[in-house]
Amino acid sequence: MSVHRVVGLETEYGVLAPSTPGASSTLLSAQVVNAYAATIRSGYGHLAGTRWDYTDETPLSDARGFNQPRALAHPSQLTDEPRELTAAEIALAGGDARAGDTLYAEEEPEEHVLMNMVLGNGARLYVDHAHPEYSSPETTNPADAVLWDQAGDRVVLAAARRIEQSPGFAPVLLYKNNTDNKSVSYGAHENYLMPRSVPFGDIAAGLIPFFATRQVFCGSGRVGRGSMGSAAGFQVSQRADFFEAEVGLETTIRRPIVNTRDEPHAVWDKYRRLHVIIGDANMGQVSTYLRTGTTALVLSLIEAGSVPDLALRHPVAALQAISHDPTLRTTVELLDGRRLRAIDIQRVYLEAARTHCAATGADDPMTADVLERWGSTLDTLSSDVFGAASSVDWVAKYQLMQGYRDRHGLGWNDARIGLMDLQWADIRPEKGLYHRLAARGMMETLWSEEQIAHAVSHPPEDTRAYFRGRALSQYPEDVVAASWDAVLFSVPGRAGVQRVATLEPQRGTRALVGELFDASHSISEFLERLRA
Amino acid sequence: MTQEQFSSRPTEQQDVQEEDLAPAAQGQSAGVDDLLDEIDGVLERNAEEFVRGFVQKGGQ
Repeated sequence: MSVHRVVGLETEYGVLAPSTPGASSTLLSAQVVNAYAATIRSGYGHLAGTRWDYTDETPLSDARGFNQPRALAHPSQLTDEPRELTAAEIALAGGDARAGDTLYAEEEPEEHVLMNMVLGNGARLYVDHAHPEYSSPETTNPADAVLWDQAGDRVVLAAARRIEQSPGFAPVLLYKNNTDNKSVSYGAHENYLMPRSVPFGDIAAGLIPFFATRQVFCGSGRVGRGSMGSAAGFQVSQRADFFEAEVGLETTIRRPIVNTRDEPHAVWDKYRRLHVIIGDANMGQVSTYLRTGTTALVLSLIEAGSVPDLALRHPVAALQAISHDPTLRTTVELLDGRRLRAIDIQRVYLEAARTHCAATGADDPMTADVLERWGSTLDTLSSDVFGAASSVDWVAKYQLMQGYRDRHGLGWNDARIGLMDLQWADIRPEKGLYHRLAARGMMETLWSEEQIAHAVSHPPEDTRAYFRGRALSQYPEDVVAASWDAVLFSVPGRAGVQRVATLEPQRGTRALVGELFDASHSISEFLERLRA
Repeated sequence: MTQEQFSSRPTEQQDVQEEDLAPAAQGQSAGVDDLLDEIDGVLERNAEEFVRGFVQKGGQ
């Protein structure tokens, strides 16, 4: 029982080229990936780009014990197929967006548009339908999850800068948000490693009340209500209005509070990867840290059979009612008839986690820190919401917008407030309102800019991401593809591809393979010794 | 649960809390005021057009 657990975070960035309205978002996303590949090839950082290995992807496998028929799947669910740009998309792009000119044509004469990369820090950067997506490397604790999540923002920022500096290319802006307020939402996913022995029904039941209420400390805030944002007002969460179901497989339609995608990317009968789609993308480090750390604790409660006996009568409606009330006073009904505030429900989980950590002797500093912050944040939100402005994203955003509204006498539906909502999540330090606030010391941080820059090009040392990242950095010409659970090498003079499986997320660490990398063997000797 | 309630009545014990909130809010908002002083220079031009033009395709 602790916050220590294998976890990875994913961010789909909103993408826009203001000077080329109507440009294909898929093409702009491909520009981001290819611009980052160009950055690597220019020698910025010790990174390498490589293709994705789809061998072990099973997006239609449902954790409830069945498979969705492929013919019945929404096209967006077929994430196991390599995505290629269609002629229509290329034609749609028009203007400055030139498909085939991949920014690094000199180095890559085959005119192949790169849609996937694996990075030297163990992350994946790719085109997910219509967004550039960064999937962080596997980490073992919430603080590291924050660090490599923040590194993703710097990765895509570097790509956008590169595009901006490339003659003939329209600048591409990227936003770490979750909706365009025109009916579309895109996600920020979390992945937690769990033992497969835990019944999925227990996981869903234990998580639903927690997920409906955790937004009070990790929501990113949103102007407008409903999928079109047409009802004026400010709400706590970016994603709440886009959820329609309690449990399900989809991620783009009929979105469920608990997702059942069963794609462990690890030893199948030993692990499950809990795929969480309900979170907001957080600019703030503390919001990300609490989102990940508290969820890890609740999963431990579920595994131990010690999760609080709570059930919401109408989970989806409760999720939205809580989001729609930034005073946090709204109560929601439980199955037993009680009505509780989101803060009260969170306190029940917190007390259960405290009790269980004490009983199991989980007193490591990070677990103690998450428990302490969880409690103090709930206390602050309960007594003075604005008191949490330096750590909770939605509160910081709300405070800034409220100040601007007061100065200019604006309603929530004024376009300038809508612009602030969007620009809060602009990843550029000089333009993003989160970054402008953080630069004034108004947002608490856990990691320095130097540490984040290091994580852009270095993997975590205590998971298989270390093997993946170092293999790419050290043998970039010999790695032909990679995925979460394998790295594929091509050895000069030998036929075929050598596949090194990495099905155990906590192997491939620096402790296990660091010395072998440090010895700087040839690729053939490296692989021989690895297998010895 | 209106927005107006949120700005003027931060908690149910508003009489006490409003007294307490004022100095704390001032301290907290010094940096916010600082940013608000220059925010019009930071925001993109033509807010309405910019927000309208931010159109995304579906995501997960």
